[in-house]
Amino acid sequence: MTDRADVKTRLFGLIDQYNKKGVEVGEETRFAQDLEWDSLTVLDFVAEVEDEFDILITMNQQAEIEKVGQLIDAVVEMAE
Amino acid sequence: MSGTGANLAGTAPASPDLFDKFQPLIDQREALLSTGITDPFNLVMEEVISPTVAICNGRETILLGTYNYMGMTFDPDVIAAGKQALEEFGSGTTGSRVLNGTYAGHRDVEAALREFFDMSGAMVFSTGYLANTGIISTIAGKDDYIILDVDSHASIFDGCAMGNAQVVPFRHNDIEALEKRLKRLPKEAGKLVILEGVYSMLGDVAPLDKMVPLAKQYGAMVLVDEAHSMGFIGDHGRGVCEAQGVIDDVDFIIGTFSKSVGTVGGYCVSNHPKFEILRLVSRGYVFTASLPPSVVATAATSIRKIMTAKDKREHLWKNSRRLHKGLTDLGFILGTKEPQSAIISVIMPDLERGAMMWEALLHEGLYVNLARPPATPAGMTLLRCSLCARHSDEQVGDILGMFERAGRKTGCI
Repeated sequence: MTDRADVKTRLFGLIDQYNKKGVEVGEETRFAQDLEWDSLTVLDFVAEVEDEFDILITMNQQAEIEKVGQLIDAVVEMAE
Repeated sequence: MSGTGANLAGTAPASPDLFDKFQPLIDQREALLSTGITDPFNLVMEEVISPTVAICNGRETILLGTYNYMGMTFDPDVIAAGKQALEEFGSGTTGSRVLNGTYAGHRDVEAALREFFDMSGAMVFSTGYLANTGIISTIAGKDDYIILDVDSHASIFDGCAMGNAQVVPFRHNDIEALEKRLKRLPKEAGKLVILEGVYSMLGDVAPLDKMVPLAKQYGAMVLVDEAHSMGFIGDHGRGVCEAQGVIDDVDFIIGTFSKSVGTVGGYCVSNHPKFEILRLVSRGYVFTASLPPSVVATAATSIRKIMTAKDKREHLWKNSRRLHKGLTDLGFILGTKEPQSAIISVIMPDLERGAMMWEALLHEGLYVNLARPPATPAGMTLLRCSLCARHSDEQVGDILGMFERAGRKTGCI
């Protein structure tokens, strides 16, 4: 059983490490447009998320995830 | 309604110009060219004297960015084979390999590849790009997984995008990152690990001796792109997988005729017992015209000559080591600490200075590749040099002198 609130806290912690521009992060925050992450940052961040939750997020799945909230939902579903 | 569309302008809602998405690139290009610099992506070779010398802008220029590793483009036997095929078989096949486009020469070049790699199956495509997209998009299906190095060539990523497998990238040359991902894959799923022998931007080599056994341990098939190593690396020139002793565990090797072989075309070789079926199911093989007879004849002749060209391989290694050391001693920052292939990449601080240095080298009489994002990793601008087995010792000395002068002139060293 994966608790959404717990996933959210842990993901916000990870996002924080890569949030070099200090953008205020909420569930509606978009990775590309708001956080302005380039492809290399995305790769490192995704690897961190995968290790943290012991899951795989394929490129196909990444293409569907634009916002932080969508990532939380996806991780909750995959980690179950 | 006239049907010309001309009178619709006033009534139809204004749609965006589809070219708007290219505006940032157009702006960047205009800003660069407005400084008066020669366009680095629009060079014309007016005459080609040899594998290592051409005339550019009326000036004799040493070629140090052609991938012509083994210098086969002017080999007399290769030229003769091409001429003979052109006369006997005509200028083109006008057809697909599976219809009217397989001539004796296509069969022969596939035989040459089987001899070269000592493998049971060989399939020739019209370009290397088509070999990667045609194989990858076909063999990895919907419920299969592709695990690939994130610095893989565009043709590998495009092959993934054309198919519908699940795609999982891992950090460049990172063995641990590969294993973590292999571990998490569903046991029952089909798996394809895609690696390159030499990565073309920095000229670094993959730790295939670690990665290939790892992939096998997790039940994956392995595809290695040896485009930049075939002909040069390994005792028989079969590539990095030969040099590192893991070629027998590689399921598919993909390569090209447009580098060491010195013409154009792509191929896949394999020992898979059912390999031949790919000729009927790979769209990049079926739905395009086959290579002209002269091209496959030059390729077959070149491949058979490269097979035994040990002295040239040694000379190319000597050239690569000398250029790498010379550039390092001059104070340039290179893509690898040690020379790992025939590609020596000089890292430039930014695109503008990269373009200035590129132009200064051209004025000295030296051509190298200017490489920039998205082709390069981590947003780098590179001056990519690729050596040829036909570069003489004297030319390598001249090249170092040109780099020194251009580097000082542009403040890069």
